[in-house]
Amino acid sequence: MANFTGKSILICGVGGQGTLLMSKTLTAGLVAAGYDVKMSEVHGMAQRGGSVSTQVRYGKKVHSPIIGRGEADVLVAFEKLEGARYSDLLKIGGTALINDYEVMPLPVSSGAAAYPQNIYEEMRKSFDLRVIPASTIAKSLGNIRCTNIVLLGALVRAFALGSIDWNAALTASVPPKALALNLAAFDAGYKFEG
Amino acid sequence: MSNKTRQLLTGNEAIARGAYEAGVTVCSAYPGTPSTEIFENLAQYKDCFYAEWAPNEKVATEVAYGACIANARSLTAMKHVGLNVAADLVFTAAYNGVGAGFVIVTADDPDMHSSQNEQDNRRYASFAKIPLIEPSDSQECKDFMKEAYEISERFDTPVLFRTTTRVSHSKSLVSLGEREEQTPERYVRNIPKFVCTPAFAKKHRPELEDKLKALEAYANTSPLNSMELNGGKVGVLSASIAYQYAKEVFPADTSFLKLGFTWPLPLDLIRTFASNVETLYVVEELEPFMEEQLKAAGIACIGKQVIPPMFELNPEIVRRGVFGTEPEVASLDLDMVARPPALCPGCPHRGFFYVLSKRKDFVITGDIGCYTLGYAAPLSAMDTCACMGGGFSLGMGMAKAFAQQGITDKKIFGVVGDSTFFHSGLTGAVEILYNKGNMIPCVLDNSITGMTGHQDNPGTGFTLEGEIANKIAIEDVLKSFGYGNVIIVDPQDLKAMQQAVDDALASTVPAAIIARRPCLLIKRIKHDVGKCTVDRDKCRSCKICLKVACPALHMTDGKTEIDQTLCTGCQVCAQACPFGAISRIGVQKGE
Repeated sequence: MANFTGKSILICGVGGQGTLLMSKTLTAGLVAAGYDVKMSEVHGMAQRGGSVSTQVRYGKKVHSPIIGRGEADVLVAFEKLEGARYSDLLKIGGTALINDYEVMPLPVSSGAAAYPQNIYEEMRKSFDLRVIPASTIAKSLGNIRCTNIVLLGALVRAFALGSIDWNAALTASVPPKALALNLAAFDAGYKFEG
Repeated sequence: MSNKTRQLLTGNEAIARGAYEAGVTVCSAYPGTPSTEIFENLAQYKDCFYAEWAPNEKVATEVAYGACIANARSLTAMKHVGLNVAADLVFTAAYNGVGAGFVIVTADDPDMHSSQNEQDNRRYASFAKIPLIEPSDSQECKDFMKEAYEISERFDTPVLFRTTTRVSHSKSLVSLGEREEQTPERYVRNIPKFVCTPAFAKKHRPELEDKLKALEAYANTSPLNSMELNGGKVGVLSASIAYQYAKEVFPADTSFLKLGFTWPLPLDLIRTFASNVETLYVVEELEPFMEEQLKAAGIACIGKQVIPPMFELNPEIVRRGVFGTEPEVASLDLDMVARPPALCPGCPHRGFFYVLSKRKDFVITGDIGCYTLGYAAPLSAMDTCACMGGGFSLGMGMAKAFAQQGITDKKIFGVVGDSTFFHSGLTGAVEILYNKGNMIPCVLDNSITGMTGHQDNPGTGFTLEGEIANKIAIEDVLKSFGYGNVIIVDPQDLKAMQQAVDDALASTVPAAIIARRPCLLIKRIKHDVGKCTVDRDKCRSCKICLKVACPALHMTDGKTEIDQTLCTGCQVCAQACPFGAISRIGVQKGE
């Protein structure tokens, strides 16, 4: 990464979990803070309950919108198995922020395969693993759909991006009636002690 | 520049903005990943110009071309395979030239994120003899669009504007400009130019070669091509997204020739660049399109011997190819499980495929759309899927082959969706009737173009711009062709679905099935949604319900459990259960 001095964030989950809103809010904050930002996502087949990922890169100057294996500084997984799936993109010693939440893939629910049991143990061997019950926190706040913003709060804390005006970024990206909930979700994620 | 005046846009959003700023007035397209959002974003400018969804890419390209003949700057856009459908016109339009500027956007999909192949449409530019423009980020998507219209008008030619998934779907910062309204001349008939009889075509043929020579001369000085000499011995020739990867990977003293205008290739400029460096790399995704031309011109370069010729690139792949560096990657000792896409909970296609999946003597020729997922286990209810409209015609070919082979125990069902029916199912439906096909054409009508993210089509009653449209009834079309028995059924009612299949097979006149229920994700419709639960005392762990392939169902402690956050209460699993263990609770109208 000789020519890239910024940071790379990989966000992954299951189609429908709200990864796109999180990356939209994240990039809005980073742009407002004056960074060059690129973001890449894949649409189409992936939306139908499949595995989804978004890459966000920011810094003084960003060329490539995507990264290769071992290049992400942080991995944010909305689902445990997806966190494991995209681990090869995370650099060794990088931060893995995992929502403690499982969504059974069809081969598991149909009985053809088993959900891997030792994900955290394996990830801990190579990464700075931080498990956060974001969906449980979101449910306790009243709506599991704000899981994404709980994770955003946790990411901002992990990455020391607290000086950015996230209230403004959230105001710009969520509907007015959902703002209070999302501000609370961000706060809960930011303050969570693992 | 401060970020306050710049917006973070996807390449597709920037292309739409570029078309707006370039003063386009007529735009026509058919949706297809990764091109779809270009036209979804054009709709916001409907006060300034006209934009529509056409039934298919050929029609869209013809509409846009017709508009340019009438002196309106026009645009069409499609995914890479869409250009195969539109190609008939494109090759001749190259001969005839244009009235006002005419740009064809092709959004290619290296790595096949959402496609059936990864054809490299740069080859279409040299094949059809039209200039090719390739942006590498969103700012270029917007700026190059405006230049594309200038080139189209200056050289009297259609322009091919190529993106890839990463260019179309990546966001980067863009400075916006103002719209430049065009003042077109009044249309005047021009027979030698626009009537492609052999006599006129022969006249155009050498003129086309002259045009290409002029375009190559332009390419050598085009502002879309730029040379960065940084003092080192190594030079890189690159374009499109591959340029961004190369910029990140090569050392700072590497010189770059970055091309935005990539065909005809600026060979003089490339020779000059090559003479400034000792080693020249060509970094391009997919085919050795530029490399082959360099080598034919006697310019030494290193390309596909180090850069893979298939799948998409990224910085890691370029770095490995050129410098042999392997990244340090953690390896987890886990038995990973795939998470394949599946029909959504409540998807109307589930009932159709569940009923057909029970018969091993059925052959099901599928098509491109959400319903392609009927192939996935445990439904596994599909024999073929190849191209738009193929669901009907491939089945027809199989029916004729079986007849020739004396095979009589196979029953063939050809499947297309509602949008696909209008796209290219119509001609297949005619073929089946005309040539007495022994098969049942089925239209899975979910009242939307689903897989590409919900676009309107001739069957939905709405246009791209949100206006009420003539809603074309699929049953009326089929009946008017001569299908004497058009069976309309709600596929979510499994008994009715089974009856429709039985009736179609027993029919003495040509039969067709329309399985009709709107996609549950259509926002303008009030859906009847609820939740299903399992009575654990009644559940006998037979797992028959799992065969409907619903993501909401799984086994917990030996019994079926339904995920209440995913279930929509469609009750397909409840109908499949032989023991009445699943029932619906609560009804919420229009959640």
